[in-house]
Amino acid sequence: MSAERDRREILIATIADLLDGIRHVAVGASSPIPAAGAMLLRARQQRDGKPPVRISILGSQAHNFFTNGGIELFDCAAQGRVDAFFLGGGQIDGEGNINLVGTGDYPTSGVRWPGSFGSAYLYHLVPRVILFREEHSPRVFVPKVDFVSARAITPEVPRRGGPHALLTNMALFDFDREAGGFALRSVHPPFTPADIRENTGFAYAEPEVVRETPQPDTATLSLLRGKILDELAETYPAFARTMKQAA
Amino acid sequence: MTEIVALEALATRVTSGQSLAIPVDGSGVAMAATAALLEAGIRDLKLICVPISGLQADLLIGAGAIASLETSAVSLGEAGAAPRFTAGVKTGAFALRDSTCPAIFAGLLAAQKGVPFMPIAGIIGSDLLNVRPDWQVIDSPVGEARKVVVVPAISPDVALFHAPEADRAGNVRIGRHRELADLAYASKRTLVTVERIVDRNLLESEDSAAGVLPSLYVDTIAVAARGAWPLALWDEYPADEAEIARYAGMARSDEGFRAYLSTFLSHRKQVA
Repeated sequence: MSAERDRREILIATIADLLDGIRHVAVGASSPIPAAGAMLLRARQQRDGKPPVRISILGSQAHNFFTNGGIELFDCAAQGRVDAFFLGGGQIDGEGNINLVGTGDYPTSGVRWPGSFGSAYLYHLVPRVILFREEHSPRVFVPKVDFVSARAITPEVPRRGGPHALLTNMALFDFDREAGGFALRSVHPPFTPADIRENTGFAYAEPEVVRETPQPDTATLSLLRGKILDELAETYPAFARTMKQAA
Repeated sequence: MTEIVALEALATRVTSGQSLAIPVDGSGVAMAATAALLEAGIRDLKLICVPISGLQADLLIGAGAIASLETSAVSLGEAGAAPRFTAGVKTGAFALRDSTCPAIFAGLLAAQKGVPFMPIAGIIGSDLLNVRPDWQVIDSPVGEARKVVVVPAISPDVALFHAPEADRAGNVRIGRHRELADLAYASKRTLVTVERIVDRNLLESEDSAAGVLPSLYVDTIAVAARGAWPLALWDEYPADEAEIARYAGMARSDEGFRAYLSTFLSHRKQVA
């Protein structure tokens, strides 16, 4: 269980680092780890007397300031008022395209997933989209997605939004919008660059020396295990409970 | 004038073959009314999820009440995939119109404003444009020269949702859940179930009026206590997670779904 907690803590702390410098991050439904990462960033900024961070957790009442209904997140994003958001995918390809619809021939897919949600829109409009997918396997990270819910790069239209990084259970990749692909930034111990090659179905750039993803420091961990889990319990009670029990 | 009727009478205001717009889980979903609709044998609905759905859509799909489905996603959230939706897509049990959340809001907004379409940012590059021939990419006719997606107006025959309270004139308190107003503005008729009818006038003060959908947009109201169960109703009760998980398990098979549906319908009758 504590290995599971360590795994989650490194993801949460990495997300907080990826969000550094933003003013407003929104988090979609069913995303406890991204929500915890956003809360960790906010708490850290507050602790260090740095500029405040707004967070909008969909499905939360306490950590969501929207008052104009379901449309407000999308309007906010259209105006450039949302700096960061999280998207996942049943499939993600090497060009950063994501598939939330299903595998095989549309519509009677081999595997059908829930649907595209707001991805086709938000990917265009939110500057720092963090792709977050815990399962790191060749069935998720494919050379080409079967259905493009949202495309990463569209030279035919101007856009401010797109992928910034890809975080998985095993590694962190940067996305290069000029090159249109991913580059391995770091691996989470005990994984090695060879594990990443073996479990990634798309091509990506790999530096000669691949760093280890840094472990959260003591101060970060005490914030995370205290204040953050308390805040998170409102929207994700089961997740917060499991994390506390592992302590 | 807004009529206040019994739940069964409200359910008769939806007829087979109509388009029905429903809100996202947790926003105020009329589950008791959904049971009443299924009890009445509703068929061939054109369901429009604003902008996604979960248990409600899955129940309607499983019961064979849906002819077509427009949605950005169907999911039971923490309880996982929506089993009857997933199975129905594979067998082609209904016509599927995959969307993306803001496109559904944009379609409703076009209807609200009485115009045939609404431009919307983003989307270009998505395969949704291939499977939605009713969406078009145009050169913007005004302003900055660029491509823009336009989506047709969505004007549902009926909107159906659940809220905590209405007053005797038919004004409905929706709090900050403005998406419920978006539904009502765009729909030809709006049916609302509420936990209770209150004697005070909800439009009396600025404080209360700000969170109210005026009766002008509300055709029919019925009282349904715990009418969103097992889903949450904001400020009133949380979701019954155990019940939703029970559904998620049972609905994996068609037989399991039938058994769940039967107890769900009889449970609703006992409450009524």
